[in-house]
Amino acid sequence: MTSMSSAHATRRDFLYIATGAVAAVGAAAVAWPLIHQMNPDASTIAAGAPIEIDLTPVAEGQVIKVFWRGKPIFINHRSKKEIDAARNVNVASLPDPQADADRVKQGHEQWLVLIGICTHLGCIPIAHQGEYDGFFCPCHGSVYDTSGRIRQGPAPANLPLPPYAFVSDTKIKIG
Amino acid sequence: MSGHATYQPQNAFMKWMERRLPIAGLVYSSFVAYPTPRNLNYWWTFGGILSFMLGAQIITGIILAMHYTPHVDLAFKSVEGIMRDVNYGWLIRYLHSNGASMFFVAVYIHIARGMYYGSYKEPREVLWILGVIIYLLMMATGFMGYVLPWGQMSYWGAVVITNLFGAIPVVGDSVVAWLWGGYSVGNPTLNRFFSLHYVLPFAIAGVVVLHIWALHVVGQNNPTGIDPKSDKDTVAFTPYATIKDGFVMVCFCLLYAWFVFYVPNYLGHADNYIPANPAVTPTHIVPEWYYLPFYAILRAIPNKLLGVAALGGSIVILAFLPWLDTSKVRSARYRPLYRQFFWMYIATVIGLGYLGSQPPEGIYVIAARILTIYYFGFFIIVLPLLGMFEKTKPLPNSISESIFPAGAPASKAKA
Amino acid sequence: MIKRTALSFAVAFVLGAALAAPVMAAEGTPHPPRNKWSFAGPFGTFDRAQLQRGFKVYREVCSVCHSIELLTFRNLSEPGGPGYSAAQAATVAAEFKIPDIDDSGQPTERPGRPADAFPKPFANDAQARNTHGAVPPDMSVLAKARTYERGFPWFLLDMVTQFQEHGPDYIVALMHGYKEKPADFQLPEAAYYNEYFPGHVIKMKAPLTDGQVTYDDGSPATVDQYSKDIAAFLVWAAEPHMEQRKRIGLQVMLFLIVLSGLLYFTKKKVWSAVH
Repeated sequence: MTSMSSAHATRRDFLYIATGAVAAVGAAAVAWPLIHQMNPDASTIAAGAPIEIDLTPVAEGQVIKVFWRGKPIFINHRSKKEIDAARNVNVASLPDPQADADRVKQGHEQWLVLIGICTHLGCIPIAHQGEYDGFFCPCHGSVYDTSGRIRQGPAPANLPLPPYAFVSDTKIKIG
Repeated sequence: MSGHATYQPQNAFMKWMERRLPIAGLVYSSFVAYPTPRNLNYWWTFGGILSFMLGAQIITGIILAMHYTPHVDLAFKSVEGIMRDVNYGWLIRYLHSNGASMFFVAVYIHIARGMYYGSYKEPREVLWILGVIIYLLMMATGFMGYVLPWGQMSYWGAVVITNLFGAIPVVGDSVVAWLWGGYSVGNPTLNRFFSLHYVLPFAIAGVVVLHIWALHVVGQNNPTGIDPKSDKDTVAFTPYATIKDGFVMVCFCLLYAWFVFYVPNYLGHADNYIPANPAVTPTHIVPEWYYLPFYAILRAIPNKLLGVAALGGSIVILAFLPWLDTSKVRSARYRPLYRQFFWMYIATVIGLGYLGSQPPEGIYVIAARILTIYYFGFFIIVLPLLGMFEKTKPLPNSISESIFPAGAPASKAKA
Repeated sequence: MIKRTALSFAVAFVLGAALAAPVMAAEGTPHPPRNKWSFAGPFGTFDRAQLQRGFKVYREVCSVCHSIELLTFRNLSEPGGPGYSAAQAATVAAEFKIPDIDDSGQPTERPGRPADAFPKPFANDAQARNTHGAVPPDMSVLAKARTYERGFPWFLLDMVTQFQEHGPDYIVALMHGYKEKPADFQLPEAAYYNEYFPGHVIKMKAPLTDGQVTYDDGSPATVDQYSKDIAAFLVWAAEPHMEQRKRIGLQVMLFLIVLSGLLYFTKKKVWSAVH
């Protein structure tokens, strides 16, 4: 008698657990499309494809701004003076130590390509301003040098570099 | 209606909470211990299905609004962007467009069940009228939602329906211009329809709360139409009603999924895949299927004002049902004549629906007129007279007696 | 009693529906003949080779007048489509000229990229109307935007049989529908008679002739084959996620059947205490 009713109970419990488990799996499966829909859609991803930039019109000392994936990309045609300023620094003393050589492509040292978004809170720094004649963020006073490295102010890191490569001496491909 | 356990907080936090905001106790008494007649059949599960559909429409709708652009130049393209580029956008959009139809399928069954078993009668009049208000809000919401993709049917549907208000004497034209926000249906119209389409479902949700509140005050009707007399006549809402509702809800989802995944455009119109063109009216303009019976009534009457009045009256008359039906017996189970007239009424509505989809010419118009006469005759003539002349069948003494005619219910019921 | 109820129901229904259902095709437009489509039914998938052929027909014939502005080049390489590789899609894109603005602000043209939509053959509707006497409809969702009345009771059965290929069947029929006009038919200037076009007066000249498009895969170069291929292509263009939809649909249906079965037995178990 006892064994029979307990076997009964086990079978009943199994049914309840199985039903609940299957229902839970279903709820999870339904949740995914509802969440995933907020991720970048196919047209946004396709529009984020690499872009090519012709550097010939950019004069020495000039900084141009192009957009890639909705982000401003600074392309700075550096003068000899700017390059020297960037290189004559004790790297170890910087808040975010990085050598200038690691921030440009070898053989193309005059071209500094940066994502022009302040690493503090996302404002766009102004070129050729600030104590180091690099970039100055007007929002909260972060100062970057001619290599885009953080020197003063609240920003925690150097201006980031986008993925890019030289397809020829006068053309880069960003992305 | 005692006899079922009341909520006892299990731990210190819930005890603390219960003294301050007794929400757990409210949920417990409303959805767990709530006594529900034990003889409810599957037609009583559609209230739960409707709550589910309202939730599904609100969730998918909020998501669609994240990707939709309410502008005459961009609306059609943004909907196609959802269909093509947004991750699972096609799924969410088809869930929403077919969900509207499923919502109406469920509401029609729910209304028909209420009419068959006399669920509108004393003391459930307010409950019933709140239901009619929900239905009216649903119709308004569904109509404005159909305008949003800005296809040909969207545009011309908006033109035709807003022009109905032009039938109002004296102020008709001003009202129509006010609805449009211009001299014709245009961008301001689309924008306000989007705004209202977004907000009305929350109004529906609010009235649903009142509807459920009223239901819990007067208690559920049941297939016998007689009130529960003892604990033997009822079972606890949870687990009995919840599991039953859950089962039917999943079955209903099978139907829903069939449309969404296999025939997602069956219930729509091909013309709505043509971008809105104010210069060309589609040759055959019809509303969504759930409005067709009323559209047939509108077209059956060869006068604009009277047609619009009949259209409005055919819906509003539902609110007067508790007083038009003079019979003291609720359930059609014990009303042999009412049952015949009821099924004829259902067939009339289906017939009107079919006629609404056909061109308004020849035999279709004549048939629509005959059915319109029956539609109103059912409410105005049949129901008041039937209560006086119908010989009803004897009612059982209690719900449990109707299930166990031998007398006492089986003893295991107490288990 | 149940019998009588059913009877009255049936009588009333006949009154409502059948009485009012004399043949509807009074206008004399025949129903397009049914075709066999690989994408029909719950397990339907596109025939990649057919979509590629259809694309060729679109490109060489239709695109002269008809835009397909919701379709992008990248779509050609997306799963569930014609099955081109990403590189092939990029090559196709580069063969199209996309209007753009150059650095000095002047209108210019550049080679297409995968992210671009197919360019339109006309700058605007007015230009198209001026050239052709009518605006050639955009083809992006044309296969879903065209249909024909199936009539009672077929329209109800279609819900169950999942027949929804009205659009492609109509497109194929339209391509076959150019006939000599009946002697008593009044045909306006610069218009053509088409048996399947509503009203029979179409502004589009018969667009396809045998041998017009060269196929690389040995498929017959006939109007019949062209029309089926372009119709299939347009179904895909109108519903690029159809394969995914039907595949997920099967999973969802199976899941719901299992869950409803479990719930049914759970419900029985729960209610066994009171029955």
